[in-house]
Amino acid sequence: MLKNRSLIDPSDFTREEFREIFDLGHQIVANPEKYSKSCEGKILATLFYEPSTRTRLSFETAMLRLGGQVIGFSEAASSSTAKGESIADTLRTVECYADIAAMRHPKEGAPRLASHYIHMPLINAGDGGHQHPTQTLTDILTIERLRGNVENKTYGFCGDLKFGRTVHSLIKFLSNYEGVKFILISPEELRVPEYIREEVIKKKGIPFEEVDQMEPYMGQLDFLYMTRVQRERFFNEEDYIRLKDRFILDKEKMSYARPDTYILHPLPRVNEISTEVDDDPRAQYFQQAKNGMYVRMALILKLLGIY
Amino acid sequence: MLEITSIEKGIVIDHITAGYGIQVFNYLNLDKADYNVALICNAYSEKMGKKDIIKINNVIDINYDFLGLIDPNATVNIIENGKTIKKVKLEVPDRVENIIRCKNPRCVTSVEHYFPHVFHLVNKEKRSYRCEYCDDIVIPYPNK
Repeated sequence: MLKNRSLIDPSDFTREEFREIFDLGHQIVANPEKYSKSCEGKILATLFYEPSTRTRLSFETAMLRLGGQVIGFSEAASSSTAKGESIADTLRTVECYADIAAMRHPKEGAPRLASHYIHMPLINAGDGGHQHPTQTLTDILTIERLRGNVENKTYGFCGDLKFGRTVHSLIKFLSNYEGVKFILISPEELRVPEYIREEVIKKKGIPFEEVDQMEPYMGQLDFLYMTRVQRERFFNEEDYIRLKDRFILDKEKMSYARPDTYILHPLPRVNEISTEVDDDPRAQYFQQAKNGMYVRMALILKLLGIY
Repeated sequence: MLEITSIEKGIVIDHITAGYGIQVFNYLNLDKADYNVALICNAYSEKMGKKDIIKINNVIDINYDFLGLIDPNATVNIIENGKTIKKVKLEVPDRVENIIRCKNPRCVTSVEHYFPHVFHLVNKEKRSYRCEYCDDIVIPYPNK
């Protein structure tokens, strides 16, 4: 039962509960009109303490396409946070006005903290370099639409695996499925955090390699998940500049990939995927962004208990 | 030869891993005690080689979770009329609240300060803990 639950971390829901969301997501893709009045009279609050294009717009569009309405703010400066209000007080206030909320915050764990103070469903829309579970919903719906299921596949993750919250959430999710293998491609400084390597990947017995080259591994991959080096998470600009162009996916590197290897990216990209790759049918990142809206529609419907 | 007499009524915390006695002493605020307290460091132990011991000539409240976090090998003996009436075996706690603080500068605990700092045990052998909010892993008192 997902009604009135919050999604803060991929471990909050069981496989079966995620299955409910994806099944509904696929139904919405097939027939979005059917759901256009499902959330009439309901209000979603989007509380974005940090900039966002896709996530915020896809949440807002999802609610509008369900017939509901949206309130919120898109930067901390335009909320009472600028006056020093605590996260708990802001959320308790928003709960007086909205039925459900999506929250993005630069500090890791902020949505978990907020969820302790409210009763309405809360969705983590990204917390610092920590987790981004609804991007995972987007990624999984895309993987299922392209290849049927997530099992028995090799996933390459490339770029900033340290601060890339979408990577952490997706690895956490995929680690519950049989036959998955990870190739983790990054500079040594940007490898996955200890809690992901030790407490998720190793604990679940998932085969994995940590490497610092793309080409030799491209032919093994079913999916290559590219990520941007997260400039905003660095305390030192020099480190960012040194690491930002370490991995760039271009046509030449794509020539090492199989015809059925798909390229995913949570977006926004900076220059880690050359625009010359965009026309390759294996590049699926813009379709991925569209799927994000559908799967967020499914999530809202489930958490509100409408479907 | 250093001699410390036995106590009539109070608490003896024995088998503390050598080096952690001062941390237990500080946690219990024993520097402010107005009763007799002895902190013995590097005492000979057949089993441990050397150990720390704290003798407290008073009955005080002890947070066993915190003691278990610092040193699960320690034992707490409650003394009455010069005899041990109860021995408490400590355990590594599964969850601790407001004992450890998260050191991750990106954690929400670094900017908001009105809620408990909660950590969950992830590895009993290593005595490592995970911050409830940011998942950062810490080993506050490594197994020496």
